[in-house]
Amino acid sequence: MTESPNLVAFTPERLETVKEIIARYPEGRQKSALLPVLHVAQEQWGWLSSEVMDYVAGILNIKPVEVYEVATFYTMYHLDPVGTHVIEYCRTGPCCLMGGEDVYGHLKKKLGIEAGETTADGKFTLKEVECLAACGWGPVFQIREQFYMNLTNEKVDQIIEDLSK
Amino acid sequence: MARKILTEHINVPGIETFDVYRKQGGYTAVEKAIKTMTPEEVVEEAKKSGVRGRGGAGFPMGMKWGFLAKPEGVPRYLVCNADESEPGTFKDHHLMKSIPHLLIEGMIISSFALGANKSFIYVRGELMYVIRILEKAIAEAKAQGFLGKNILGSGYDLELVVQPGGGAYICGEETALLESLEGKRGNPRNKPPFPAVKGLYQSPTVVNNVESISNMPWIINNGGDAYAQIGIGRSTGTKLISASGHIQKPGVYEIELGVSVDEFLNSDEYCGGIRKGHYLKALVAGGSSVPILPANLITKTAAGEDRLMTYESLSDGGFATGTMLGSGGFIVFDETACIVRNTWNFSRFYHHESCGQCSPCREGTGWMEKVLHRIEHGHGSMHDIDLLVDISKKIEGNTICPLGDAAAWPVASAIRHFRDEFVWHITHPHEATQPGAVYMGEMVLG
Repeated sequence: MTESPNLVAFTPERLETVKEIIARYPEGRQKSALLPVLHVAQEQWGWLSSEVMDYVAGILNIKPVEVYEVATFYTMYHLDPVGTHVIEYCRTGPCCLMGGEDVYGHLKKKLGIEAGETTADGKFTLKEVECLAACGWGPVFQIREQFYMNLTNEKVDQIIEDLSK
Repeated sequence: MARKILTEHINVPGIETFDVYRKQGGYTAVEKAIKTMTPEEVVEEAKKSGVRGRGGAGFPMGMKWGFLAKPEGVPRYLVCNADESEPGTFKDHHLMKSIPHLLIEGMIISSFALGANKSFIYVRGELMYVIRILEKAIAEAKAQGFLGKNILGSGYDLELVVQPGGGAYICGEETALLESLEGKRGNPRNKPPFPAVKGLYQSPTVVNNVESISNMPWIINNGGDAYAQIGIGRSTGTKLISASGHIQKPGVYEIELGVSVDEFLNSDEYCGGIRKGHYLKALVAGGSSVPILPANLITKTAAGEDRLMTYESLSDGGFATGTMLGSGGFIVFDETACIVRNTWNFSRFYHHESCGQCSPCREGTGWMEKVLHRIEHGHGSMHDIDLLVDISKKIEGNTICPLGDAAAWPVASAIRHFRDEFVWHITHPHEATQPGAVYMGEMVLG
C-alpha cells in the first residue's frame, strides 16, 4: 500500500457487507466482527497493511493494537503483499503420506520459488499451511476459496498453466 | 448396510437445497420439538440418547447441556464448533458442504432446548466456500419460517450467525473459540469458570461440535432411547469417521459404534483395505493427537480381543497398548511410512499451532520439533530419545488447554511403539536420510 491512510476505504458494496456483519452481534459487541471484516479487507486489498488495519480499527471503534494482535495471530491474514494467486498447500501428515512432499517439490520447481516467496511476475505466492480438513483427498492446496485435491505433478502443471493464461 | 443417521440422504441430488431436504423429511424434528415439546423435554431426549461430544472429547452432550446456568434476564448462547482442524479429520467439512440443512435443523432444535435466541456456527476460515453454503441454507430456512422471529408461530425467536475463523487450530478448543468469536486472539481461558456459567460475552454458553448437533433431528424424530439402542454400552449411536492415508478408499464413513476395527479397515463398505501390494504398519485412530498404534495392536487388543470402533475398546489397555476414538480421524500407515518423519511432521504442526500462552507448550513443542528434526535428518544422538520422552512428560497435564497433551501424546506413543525406528535413525544416519528410506526391522526399504 502506498496510499496515505485517508485514501484507504472499502468499496461501497463492501462497506455494506461490513455493516451487515457488524449488525450480527449484540449491542456493544462489534469487536466480534473483527475476523470477518479482516477477511473482507483482505479480499479487497489482497493483504493487510497497517493503514488497512488502522482503518478497520476505526470502523469497529477499537484500538489499532487490537487489530494488530489479531491479524498477527491468525495465519490466514497476509501481512505482506502477495501475488495474484496465493497457493496455500497443506504440509501436514496425511497429505504428506499421499505424496505431498513430492508434489509440492514439483510445484516449487515449476514456479521457481520457495514457500513464502512470490514469483517475479507477481502472479503466484506460495504459502505452506497446516491441515486443511481435506485429508482423504490429499495432497491438497487451496487458492482463495477453491480446493484442489488429489494433486499429482500433472494436475499441478495443468492448474498453473490455466492460471497463467 | 449399517444404519445411517447423519448421511442417509447425503447423496440425494439437490439435498443442499431446502426443498429437497424438506422432501426427505427435513425440518419435521423442528416442528415436533417446537410445537409439541418443552425445552426441558428436548434436553431430556439428548440425555437419554447418550450422544457424546463428537469433536474429540467424547463428553455426553445432554449432560453438558444440563450444566448450563440459567440466571434471569441473561442471554444464553449456543455455539457450534465447526473449526475442524485436527489433522486427519474432515467429517464436519464433508457434512456441512453436502447437507447444510441438517446442521441448521440441529442448531434450531438445540438452541430451542437451551433457550438461546442467537446462536453461532464458528467455521474455520479456510472453509469460506462452506460458509457461503451455510449462509445460503440459513436464508432459505429463514424464508420458510424456521428461523427468525416467532418460528412456526411459537413465539420462539432465533438468529443463526456463521462466523469465520482466521486459521488457528487452537480455536477448536472451546474457550479459545469463544475468545476468537469475541474478536480476540485464540488464547484458551482458565477454567473455572466454565463456559456453561461464563462463556461468550460472559454469558452462559454451550459449545458443541457439528456432528453432535447434527444428531438432534434424528433423536427428536425417533427418541433418545432409540438412539441409545444403536452402538455398544456407553458408545451410543453412529460416528462419522474420516479415513485417510494408505487405504483403498479414503473418505468419510458413518459407522454404527461397535463395528470392529478389522471390518472398518478391510471391508469394501468402508476403507476397502490397505492399498494394493502393501500391508498395515500403524494406525492413528482418532486424529493426530491420539497415540499411534502398531499393527499388532490395531485389530486386537493386548488381551487378544477384537478391537472395536468404540470409545472404550479403542482406549482398552490405556496408553500402554490402546489409543482413543477422539475425533474419528482414522489415519492409516502402510510399510512405506516413516514413523520418525511423521512424528516430526505432527510435532511441527503442534509447535506451529501452540498459542504461546503456557510455557510448557510454547517451549516444549518447539524443542520436540527441533529434536525430532535432527533425528530425522541424521544428526540425532541416543540421548535425544529419552529427552523427547522427558519433554513430553513435562508438557502433558501442565497447560491451560489440552493442546499440550495433544502435542505430547503422538511423540510419546511413537517412541513407545517404534523405538527401534528412532534408534536406527540415530545409528544409521546415512541410510536413514536417503529419500524414502524406512526402517523395517532387519530390512530397510527405499
